[in-house]
Amino acid sequence: MRAWPAEGATRVPYWVYQDAEIYEREQSRIWRGKTWNYLCLEAELPEPQSFITTFVGDMPVVVSRGPDNVLHAFENRCAHRGALICMQPRGKTERFACIYHNWTYDHAGNLTNVAFRRGIAGKGGMAADAKPESEAPRKFRVAALNGLVFGTLSPDVPELEDYIGPEVLPRLKRVLKKPLKVLGAYTQVLPCNWKLYMDNVKDSYHASLLHLFFTRFRINRLTQAGGVLVSADGAHHCAYTRLVEDRGDAYEKDGMRSAGSSAFRLEAPEILEQVDELQDAVSIQIASLFPGFVLQQIRNSLAARQVVPKGVERTELHWTLFGFADDDDAMTRRRLLQSNLVGPAGYISMEDGVATDFVRRGVLGAPERAAVIEMGGSAVASSESRITETAVRGLWKAWRAHMDL
Amino acid sequence: MKVELQRKIEDLHARYAHALDDDRLEEWPGFFTENGVYRIATAENEARGLPLPVLYCDSRAMMRDRVQSLRHANIYEPQRYRHMVSSVLVEKLDDQHVKSTSNFLVIRIMQDGGTTVFASGKYLDRILLTPEPQYEERVVICDSRRFDTLLAIPL
Repeated sequence: MRAWPAEGATRVPYWVYQDAEIYEREQSRIWRGKTWNYLCLEAELPEPQSFITTFVGDMPVVVSRGPDNVLHAFENRCAHRGALICMQPRGKTERFACIYHNWTYDHAGNLTNVAFRRGIAGKGGMAADAKPESEAPRKFRVAALNGLVFGTLSPDVPELEDYIGPEVLPRLKRVLKKPLKVLGAYTQVLPCNWKLYMDNVKDSYHASLLHLFFTRFRINRLTQAGGVLVSADGAHHCAYTRLVEDRGDAYEKDGMRSAGSSAFRLEAPEILEQVDELQDAVSIQIASLFPGFVLQQIRNSLAARQVVPKGVERTELHWTLFGFADDDDAMTRRRLLQSNLVGPAGYISMEDGVATDFVRRGVLGAPERAAVIEMGGSAVASSESRITETAVRGLWKAWRAHMDL
Repeated sequence: MKVELQRKIEDLHARYAHALDDDRLEEWPGFFTENGVYRIATAENEARGLPLPVLYCDSRAMMRDRVQSLRHANIYEPQRYRHMVSSVLVEKLDDQHVKSTSNFLVIRIMQDGGTTVFASGKYLDRILLTPEPQYEERVVICDSRRFDTLLAIPL
């Protein structure tokens, strides 16, 4: 295993995004290790016997609601030969049956029947002392948090709310204040290592410099009030901006590419009109949980983003946009209009796939060189300024602890 | 008359595709009526009855904003599309309006020559015939829920 640079928290060596051995170690130590992973919204399992299929790292997973309303998640791998137990993305079923040899499972992932286990007419079948359940699909501990469903394979990781901690937990709850309603979903494929996306999410410094739409229209500039909160272990973060119109000209004085122009105005500005539905005057909040979950509030556009690694240099970002179950037609229309801001065609998120790909391509010849993460010093701590990389350092602090590197 | 109408609609679809493929984005809003709707959706969301668009405009003004942002705000690598539009069905609704369904395949060409199938699907159009055919509504249903890196240029 390679060694971390001597500078510590302010350097991230590029081999972390490139090594196949690191990717494999992450699967066991992070995704299948002592972490809580986002699985779905509770609203995606609306009634008893509903299910969805998803991933935790590389591992395929079934998430279901039992006939008794209890949430379950289990590995989507048949105890017999390892085939997928469930191939549909979502639905409702009385039981799960592997298509290969029709071994069946209940909603908790218990093996309930082995086809022809006793053979036919006394011939064939398994021996009486056979243990077909010895390779049963692994079961997750499942916890719901205000409409979000998480799972962990670890018996040791603390309860979900303790895992998230007091810095970030209230920031999730402020968004998830009512029952949720799914508006739709799509996948953005990012041609880079999953951690390049998470660095990007935690990097409050880049937002107004890369995403020019923000600054051109003076939506989010670092001159506006806001802050960054980081959990004690560095793993989770939240960055937010208050709803104020910026009348300053810091960008213009610095001659930045992202400076605004009085000649540049939207002809149809209603896509930006926010109703302060959470009643705390926050216009943008991005919160992330280690390893791969992001909760977004951009004006009235709310979304869960799930990071699914698909190899060393490929990541899928599963977006699920939602509103509240009691939204009226005007609010639904507002959310759909504002969905223009996010997703693969989003005015302010389309560039994230580009920037992370540029890093991937830029560092191909430099595995032993490192990124410089010194904005805001070297500490991992909450900050009133967003001109900081404190949450990025937090990601690496947590990652190194999990990876023992 | 039926042949003439078919030719007119196919001509509209072809001119639309060439404008996008030739990077004449400024002409794109002009293919729509003043309050025309342009919506990119996925077959999956449509099948689930979910309203989320990938991209949504309900006026030429919103389309002009999109073009202005692509030209002056959004950062993306230079890229081109090549549209293949086929299997055009035309159905007359009344004297002024027709409905059209057609298939599309969009190939994306990056500046280094990398060429991939970027999107496939169908256009569901409601077209106002006079004075010149224009889209009152163009719904782009993508077959896949997956989009590679970003969707900048409209489909």
